[in-house]
Amino acid sequence: MSGAPLVSIRNGQALALAQVSELPFAEFRDALVQGVAGGGRLACLCADEQLRLFAVLADDAQGELWVGRTRLDAPSYPAFTPRIPQAHLFERELGEQFGLVPVGHPWFKPVRFHPSWVPGRDAWGRTGPILPGVLDFYQVLGDEVHEVAVGPVHAGVIEPGHFRFQCHGETVFHLEIALGYQHRGLERTLIGGPHALSLKHAETVAGDTSIAHAWAYCQVLEGLAGVAVPPRSQWVRGLALELERLANHTGDLGALAGDVGFLPTASFCGRIRGDWLNLSAEVCGSRLGRDWLRPGGLRQEVEPAMVEGLREKLERAWADTRDAVELLWGAASVLNRFDSAGALDPVQARSIGLVGVPARACGIPMDVRRDHPFGPFREHRVTPSLAESGNVHARAWVRWLEMAESHRFILAALAALSGPADPQPGPLPPLAPDSLCLALVEGWRGEVLHLAVTDAQGRFSRYKLVDPSFHNWFGVALAQRGEQISDFPLINKSFNLSYCGHDL
Amino acid sequence: MIHILLSRWRQGHRTLAYPKTLPALPARFRGRPRIRAEACPEGCATCAEVCPTQAITVAEAGPVIDLGRCLFCPDCTEGCPEGAIEFTGNHALATCQREDLLLAAGEKLRLAKAFDRELMRLFGRSLKLRVVSAGGCNGCEVDVNVLGTVAWDIGRFGIQYVASPRHADGLLLCGPLTENMAEAVRKTYDAMPEPKIVIAVGACAISGGPFRNQAEQRGGVGSLLPVDLFIPGCPPHPLTILDGLLRLLGRLEGDGRLEPI
Repeated sequence: MSGAPLVSIRNGQALALAQVSELPFAEFRDALVQGVAGGGRLACLCADEQLRLFAVLADDAQGELWVGRTRLDAPSYPAFTPRIPQAHLFERELGEQFGLVPVGHPWFKPVRFHPSWVPGRDAWGRTGPILPGVLDFYQVLGDEVHEVAVGPVHAGVIEPGHFRFQCHGETVFHLEIALGYQHRGLERTLIGGPHALSLKHAETVAGDTSIAHAWAYCQVLEGLAGVAVPPRSQWVRGLALELERLANHTGDLGALAGDVGFLPTASFCGRIRGDWLNLSAEVCGSRLGRDWLRPGGLRQEVEPAMVEGLREKLERAWADTRDAVELLWGAASVLNRFDSAGALDPVQARSIGLVGVPARACGIPMDVRRDHPFGPFREHRVTPSLAESGNVHARAWVRWLEMAESHRFILAALAALSGPADPQPGPLPPLAPDSLCLALVEGWRGEVLHLAVTDAQGRFSRYKLVDPSFHNWFGVALAQRGEQISDFPLINKSFNLSYCGHDL
Repeated sequence: MIHILLSRWRQGHRTLAYPKTLPALPARFRGRPRIRAEACPEGCATCAEVCPTQAITVAEAGPVIDLGRCLFCPDCTEGCPEGAIEFTGNHALATCQREDLLLAAGEKLRLAKAFDRELMRLFGRSLKLRVVSAGGCNGCEVDVNVLGTVAWDIGRFGIQYVASPRHADGLLLCGPLTENMAEAVRKTYDAMPEPKIVIAVGACAISGGPFRNQAEQRGGVGSLLPVDLFIPGCPPHPLTILDGLLRLLGRLEGDGRLEPI
């Protein structure tokens, strides 16, 4: 695809706003429609209080990113969603945050259930209190159709969300997912930043994705400040990211085993996940990788003397992981259940803009580490792990392939860390004013995107966070269609999306 | 089947010996802070200024750290030119009173004490907990969940996470209590039979944590419910959480009330 008249941008690059000239609305819309029709993906669409719209298109196959902006002259505009289905949640978000009305949107409902950021301008004309999960759910009518409502409080140690199933017997005709219970105002609080807490807010977008979000945040600041991160520090960041992937994939494979009643792998992996988390804690003191990265480099170093100890622990955990996970692929009962649930096809997946593990499980070769490389992945190439069938088995299998790739990467990283540690980064120079910066990181769930726009003083006038879960929740609903409601826990777990990463 | 048995043999018995022996914590683990007020120059308040959650106040006798707000990040230890604050490897942090989380130089932390006789009779050998995420980042849930794995196996202490508030003796809450979760948390609490306890896990649930300045949340679950156990951290280490629970159950040696820093 060609994104023109949008402007080409590299991952981590900052551009002066003057270089991204404001397009007339019709040109902006046509560029998005044609870009997506030509194989592009809408990675981000957001607005600000001045009725400016920003969009990021990704052409993963060509390794290209495009950014563009326009300005609305009124708080309503013709919706993109009828032509670009993957814009549907972004446009609902525009409505909720800034009271913008995308006219013709087929599914225009709140996303996170909070008041508009612009006092007095509400897209739905609401004036009373806003109650989470209270909305006009899609309903299937008929004598034998019934509705099942689950959540926000679930039966396990899980985050809150509301699921509304339209069922005919055991079969689910339709699932609608209402989230927002974890909404704590992260994007709003980043405006005017960077603040003392901003890096911590990035780390807590989704606690299990602390490294990926912290890295994206650091990339944004480094891009805007014009700072380069030394190669050794980049390797350590890669090590942190891949440890995060190993820990979470191990946990997911164990949980999937648990959901089909295969207890050996479930209980082994529950413990081994802790071994991976403890490896992160070995370097930075925190099992979730808190305070490991900092803009400009690292906060906690891997000293050369630590490398051998880390390698030993890595190999022990990897041997345990292989032993536990390989049991899955030899158990007929597991394969039968995995194979028969939650299929998505690549056409659906592309149309709704799926990213990460579920997209690769449909055979779509996308991975930020390869397509828009950052940090150590510029030199050490990673091969996207693919499967074809798009079902629970494919999502489990892709995770397993990725774990082998992560293990390989970490060995290379440790080999590269024998030299002396980089000096601690100093304070960053001031951020470029009136600019924007785009950062993408392949977190363990998929593409983590941060887009920052600065004002004349170099403060954030808008900071957009896109967790992969935001793209992928609709995939869960689609994968559940026509399947048994009793398979929902399994299908949901095979995506294992973040509620807090969606809710922000 | 033979593969499963072989794996079982290879994976071995991995449940931690805790509380008989303490599991090894990483050298860089940041546990209970230690304050050396004698190192503080007069009029210096650098630690208080750099603390991102305003967890530190500087009193006459030196800095006081509110462990309920502390994210256990190295901002103060790096910021202090005199090295007057350091994190120790001590994981025991849980208290029964919010004000007991204020840690001053030279003072002892008043750790959580065991249930009274009646609650001990009811819950001492069987404590069923309903875990609800009241906002937050899911980090605390990760380390609450891990206690249920074979490594920690909280079942051996009679503690179990249950699926319904009707079956629960206690409500374990994480997160700052977002506006959008307030009603669900209230309803969950109301659905639990008396007597019942509330456990706040993590800086968010105690004080709002990194989100404490945001209008979308209520600065901790104490704003809605009476809290019986506060477990600080961001997130707390699983050992810190288990330590708090076992103190409530009177299962740890020592009197569980006063412990030297």
